[in-house]
Amino acid sequence: MNSYLNIDHVGITFPTDNGPLNVLDNVNLKVEQGEFISLIGHSGCGKSTVLNIVAGLLQATEGGVLLENREVREPGPDRAVVFQNHSLLPWLSVYDNVRLAVDQVFKRTKSKAERDEWTRHNLELVHMSHALDRKPDEISGGMKQRVGIARALAMEPKVLLMDEPFGALDSLTRTHMQDSLMEIQAELNNTVIMITHDVDEAVLLSDRIIMMTNGPSASIGEILQVELERPRDRLSLAEDRDYNHYRAEVVRFLHERHVGKRPQTAAETATDAGAGQDETQGAQEKQGLRLAV
Amino acid sequence: MSIAIRSHKTFEITWLENAIGFLASDRLTKTTGKLARNVLVPFTAILVFLLLWAAGAQQVQTSLGVLPGPAKVWEQTKALYDEHVAERDKAAAFYERMDKRVEKAIAAGKPAEKIERMKSRSYTGKETFIDQIFTSLWTVMTGFVIASLIAIPVGIVIGMSQTLYQAFNPIIQVFKPVSPLAWLPLVTMVVSAVYVSDDPWFSKSFLNSAITVTLCCLWPTIINTAVGVSGVSKDLINVSRVLKLSWFTKTLKIVLPSAIPMMFTGLRLSLGIGWMVLIAAEMLAQNPGLGKFVWDEFQNGSSNSLARIMVAVIAIGFIGFLLDRGMLALQRTVSWDKSAVLR
Ligand SMILES: Nc1ncnc2c1ncn2[C@@H]1O[C@H](COP(=O)(O)OP(=O)(O)OP(=O)(O)O)[C@@H](O)[C@H]1O
Ligand SMILES: [Mg+2]
Repeated sequence: MNSYLNIDHVGITFPTDNGPLNVLDNVNLKVEQGEFISLIGHSGCGKSTVLNIVAGLLQATEGGVLLENREVREPGPDRAVVFQNHSLLPWLSVYDNVRLAVDQVFKRTKSKAERDEWTRHNLELVHMSHALDRKPDEISGGMKQRVGIARALAMEPKVLLMDEPFGALDSLTRTHMQDSLMEIQAELNNTVIMITHDVDEAVLLSDRIIMMTNGPSASIGEILQVELERPRDRLSLAEDRDYNHYRAEVVRFLHERHVGKRPQTAAETATDAGAGQDETQGAQEKQGLRLAV
Repeated sequence: MSIAIRSHKTFEITWLENAIGFLASDRLTKTTGKLARNVLVPFTAILVFLLLWAAGAQQVQTSLGVLPGPAKVWEQTKALYDEHVAERDKAAAFYERMDKRVEKAIAAGKPAEKIERMKSRSYTGKETFIDQIFTSLWTVMTGFVIASLIAIPVGIVIGMSQTLYQAFNPIIQVFKPVSPLAWLPLVTMVVSAVYVSDDPWFSKSFLNSAITVTLCCLWPTIINTAVGVSGVSKDLINVSRVLKLSWFTKTLKIVLPSAIPMMFTGLRLSLGIGWMVLIAAEMLAQNPGLGKFVWDEFQNGSSNSLARIMVAVIAIGFIGFLLDRGMLALQRTVSWDKSAVLR
């Protein structure tokens, strides 16, 4: 019952000029330690909002988030965020950007030399050791994203939150970054929640794919359990039947949401809301299992 | 230094650009092309300007004679410099004589206080053009530095707090458009009422000018700093929230660096305004400085006056330009954004 990260019946309503806007309704998700979760859904449905609530950058108006049974009330380095646009401080070098985070988190627990070592180690992890002294303006987009990941990893977060981390990259760079991320994940066994628009990326990286319904009042539509052996290799998977099946499931979901937009969503939301909350979770998991077979 | 070319591009005055380019032999080979652009083009433009000036000035007849052309102005520039050198020589001679007299007095065993009195007399010659330049520079820098020391912290605080911004905004908006010269009588009255001292550090006229400059330099810096501070990217603020940076670290590492470009925009605006204001204030209040020089020459009304005023006008423009470049150089050393354009 007690899971590592528990997103518990979260809903959020923003006050807007045209009255209150209910963006999320009854989002319910339990995440185990070391699990890699992808959030996928149409643009504007509320994926970033979910992530920001987990990060503590936004406050849910209903329900709440529990991390190791403690309620999340404010942002903190135990839930490090990799922002979509990297958000490095342009006036600090690559090294200093990561070092700022390291100094902040390990102020009391690590000596100066240890912090220096830890900063370098994390930059090594993302293969950025050659550019320690460069400014963000002087490195490529992919490199910036690597530094952003190194900064997040260096905080030793309990949960790593990534908002379309590779969205702005060209496909070749994205491929490299996905492979590095899989390597790091295999080594460190982080708990990760990642938002993506890329179906292949979701299937390749995730243990579970959370497919969100369209907004407003978006919720979790389906959950797909991806049971592919790790380490995963994109080349051999390209021919793999299971892989293509998972892929097709996600594409089908997104397509249905796209075509049948409003009426279908409303109907489904109604049935979802009608079911008991724990049942919903159970149903979703069963559905996931069914899909996994 | 391809400013001229750039502004032409903005307005697409191709024929003028071509003409200047042709005059500067812009169609030379690629290697000399750069030289042509950086040296020959501005040089040619200046030459054309001087020719037009020389031709145009002859047509204008004033009560003080023909409007002086470049040659006359250059002649007066030299004359002003010579006067300065002569004045310096006189001063040196004065102090030499005084030293001799003091020595004699000591030899004659005069009482110490009398010798002190002799020594304390200083040379009271006429302020030369060059002296006036330095007076004005010193005044504007004092006023500007005081204004910046007040405006930057105020701007930072206002930019960080929405409430304070709303509180201060009306005050700033009302004071900002006040003509600096409207301040001058007030400042003069307040200074003469408040600044009473037997042994003043600064003369009152200096204080009046400097404070007037300060009052005008405050607003652009406050506003631009506040805008820069409040415009810190939301993503970077989120980074600081995730990292749980303290207020101080956040200000130092995130808010200030990202506000620096705007801050410097404000400072440069302020200094430019301050310099213009100072000249006007000096003219109006007869406070020592370049403004007084211009006014005195105008009142003087000799045959050289117009040329001398033109020397002053050019000097004022040139110094204003150098001040702005100085700020830009400072910005480049302080700011992380090395791409700040020279304009
Ligand atoms: N602070 C806010 N005030 C009002 N509405 C908001 C606010 N933040 C988000 N929204 C609304 O919530 C909805 C979901 O936004 P969100 O950024 O979470 O979408 P998303 O799924 O991340 O989209 P994308 O894939 O394009 O990034 C949008 O319709 C947006 O307009
Ligand atoms: Mg988003």
